[in-house]
Amino acid sequence: MELSLATRTVGEHTVLEVGGEVDVYTAPRLRERLLELIDGGVRQVIVDLGRVDFLDSTGLGVLVGALKRLRAAGGSFALVCDKEPLLKIFRITALDQVFPLHPTVEAAIAADPTGAGA
Amino acid sequence: MATVRLSFSPAPVHVRTARLVGVAVARRAGVREDLLDEVRLAIGEACTRAVALHRQYGVPDPVLVEMSDSGSYQVRVVDRAPIEAGIGLAALNADELANESLTDEALTTGVGFALLAGFVEDLQVRPVDEGVGTEVRMVWPVGR
Repeated sequence: MELSLATRTVGEHTVLEVGGEVDVYTAPRLRERLLELIDGGVRQVIVDLGRVDFLDSTGLGVLVGALKRLRAAGGSFALVCDKEPLLKIFRITALDQVFPLHPTVEAAIAADPTGAGA
Repeated sequence: MATVRLSFSPAPVHVRTARLVGVAVARRAGVREDLLDEVRLAIGEACTRAVALHRQYGVPDPVLVEMSDSGSYQVRVVDRAPIEAGIGLAALNADELANESLTDEALTTGVGFALLAGFVEDLQVRPVDEGVGTEVRMVWPVGR
């Protein structure tokens, strides 16, 4: 399945819903979308991976890039993921210690350390 | 024994095709259903690595993927890039991954190898027997 990207706003957070396959071919589109959001002034970003059925190292690299950019700008970045195959990918790469990972968008908002979810 | 060979121009768009073929052949070979996600990811990572190396070194030759099912399911992904086998094999820890100075390319390479090593129990990266290039060889058990 091709990559799908959709954004919605929940309070002060922008939720980017990603679906389909994130790989070496489609990851540049995800990177562009995240850069558009960040360059457009969005500072609280949640990427919802709920409809992702494939994620590779290129996609993970894009997500780390966005995390670093937002941290440097004083913003926050979190992932929503509750699928075991994807969670295993985060554990194997140690990226589960780098990203805030939450089972739902609501949980991600409630846990936002910048306080935007309060 | 059945062998399926696929060679493709080193372009990202073809990596998905290689994954699809790799999983289809794995299923036919009798690889357990619950391993197929890992097969798909590992073949994708090996092909992504090969495509990246071909592009980095300006090598227009195709990337070769060879799948065979003699006793086990074996996949070889062969690139023709002039580097020493094993470069980039070091896995990164969490502090290194979050380090500001780590480039996107280095991060993706490190993460790609972590995925290969994590998902493939029987993994070898070695120079090709003839000419330049490296071969990523992965083996999975077949049968119940």
